[in-house]
Amino acid sequence: MKYLFQNLLKTIPVLLLITLIVFLLVRVTGDPVSLMLPETATEEERESLREALGFNEPLPVQYFTYLGDLVRGDFGDSFRYNTDAMALVLERLPATFELAFASMIVAILISVPLGILSAVKRNSFFDLFITGGAVLGKAMPSFWLGIMLILFLAVNVQIFPVSGRDGFQHLILPALTLGTGIAAEMTRLIRSSMLEILGQDFIRTARSKGLKEGIVVNKHAFRNALIPVVTIMALQTSTLIGGTLITETVFAWPGLGQLLVQAVNLRDMSVVQAATFLIAIFVIMSNLIADLMYRMLDPRIKYD
Amino acid sequence: MTSISEQTVVITNASYGKRMRKLGIRLLKSKTGLVGLLIVLAVSLMAILAPFIAMYDPAKTDVVHRLLPPFWVDGGSMDYPLGTDNLGRDVLSRIIYGSRISLLVGISSVILAGIIGMFFGLVAGFYGKVWDFIIMRTVDSFLAIPNILFMLIILAVLGPSLSTLILVLGGTSWVVYARMVRSETLSVKERDFVRSARAIGAKDYRIITKYILPNVISSFIVIATLNVASTIILEASLSFLGLGIQSPDVSWGLMLSDGRQYIATSWWVATFPGVAITITVLGVIFLGDWLRDILDPKIKD
Repeated sequence: MKYLFQNLLKTIPVLLLITLIVFLLVRVTGDPVSLMLPETATEEERESLREALGFNEPLPVQYFTYLGDLVRGDFGDSFRYNTDAMALVLERLPATFELAFASMIVAILISVPLGILSAVKRNSFFDLFITGGAVLGKAMPSFWLGIMLILFLAVNVQIFPVSGRDGFQHLILPALTLGTGIAAEMTRLIRSSMLEILGQDFIRTARSKGLKEGIVVNKHAFRNALIPVVTIMALQTSTLIGGTLITETVFAWPGLGQLLVQAVNLRDMSVVQAATFLIAIFVIMSNLIADLMYRMLDPRIKYD
Repeated sequence: MTSISEQTVVITNASYGKRMRKLGIRLLKSKTGLVGLLIVLAVSLMAILAPFIAMYDPAKTDVVHRLLPPFWVDGGSMDYPLGTDNLGRDVLSRIIYGSRISLLVGISSVILAGIIGMFFGLVAGFYGKVWDFIIMRTVDSFLAIPNILFMLIILAVLGPSLSTLILVLGGTSWVVYARMVRSETLSVKERDFVRSARAIGAKDYRIITKYILPNVISSFIVIATLNVASTIILEASLSFLGLGIQSPDVSWGLMLSDGRQYIATSWWVATFPGVAITITVLGVIFLGDWLRDILDPKIKD
């Protein structure tokens, strides 16, 4: 408990710094007023809007007003959609979760069997093939993989739809695109983690007791090998969300990533802010959970 | 005193030469390391010699010859070995020129990030206290925002250009180095040789440059090399999303984004730049993995 509390305290300065970074970024964008008013607006009209919005105040004052708004959950309106920015972001969240979840399943289905196999058959032809494939998966840009999947499985052989979100069929190609990159990383992790565990004494003991190799590998080794893998994967949340930005753009998947890329291109900063905060909080929380999980799964790690 | 230090210099020089020779031998023995080195050399040569080996001006449009397929497909010819894009530009020439941007952006932003990260990492690790707190919380907040999103926002604010792109990539990815350098510094600074240097009155600057830096540098080089790979992918991704390299400059990511619309009819426009990225990144990863095995067996990925 004490540990959790200490870590929660640590996140406060981090969150404050994030608000400062985002605030500075948005304010450097130039004058938001000129984006809000039509080009024909007079200088007086601009000035009065600036005053109404508080842009004539000194920056520190603006920052504190801005913090107050954040605490109340007020991120302003999207000037593109003319609605509350946070509502817009929340509306897109389920689609992104769906994609992220499906990608994780793809990644697990690929990496768990391959990672175990390449560790058990170390230095064999399989191992070489799998590790080679994992490096290749890391080297391929995900958006290119996505385009190639579209080319082969949606254009040449029309099995899957090219883009959009409308049922299970639409989910497969984006999930494969995002999942392959994660699978490449996870396969390497599971392999090296398994190799470490398989060399330990308790595995030798289990084998010398006459247990079947399958039970040794699956029950004794794999469960222990999972501990670092789970932790490191939870720490990849930020990368996973970053991946959705690109994958959603390639497949016109109507999630948070697509909304963000559009908002950035249109300089719709209220939406960018709302989404960035939500993502940052999400990442910080999942890092915390990863840390706690690591401690729970492996009681040997002491609480300090 | 003089003779001792001279001796030391001679000894280190000899062992340095020996070490370099050993490195060379081990590189030749490591097949993937050698492949990596060859790929990186080939791509570098391609970038340097681009004006001599490219058959066409990469930005020259030629609408009559638009969307021609590669030579082995019906309708293609050796005039345009990998075909042409929607504006009739030669895909091969554009790939050759694109290597310049990939390497330039990849290497220079890694150097920039490395310098910033090294500095803050040393300060945080060596001086600790408030500095450590401020720097590490900044690192945490940078890490909480996905780096591609961070870069997109800054590029949207500053407007995309080659130099901004390098600054943004460098300015947001320094945190990885800062974290690594800090933790290495923390462990090195408690070792006996640093304590004894301090005991004889060595100044902070001397301790950092003579004792800490040499012990941190090998992990640093490994991480920097592997980061060139991820930076090349990031540059391509940003250009693909429209906020990186802008036409008429050529980037593999930009070519992919152009080719994507023609994927149903002209697959080659989007396929080959991706192959180029994958091969280059693969080469850098192989080289980095080899460097890691040699320089720093203790870091894992």
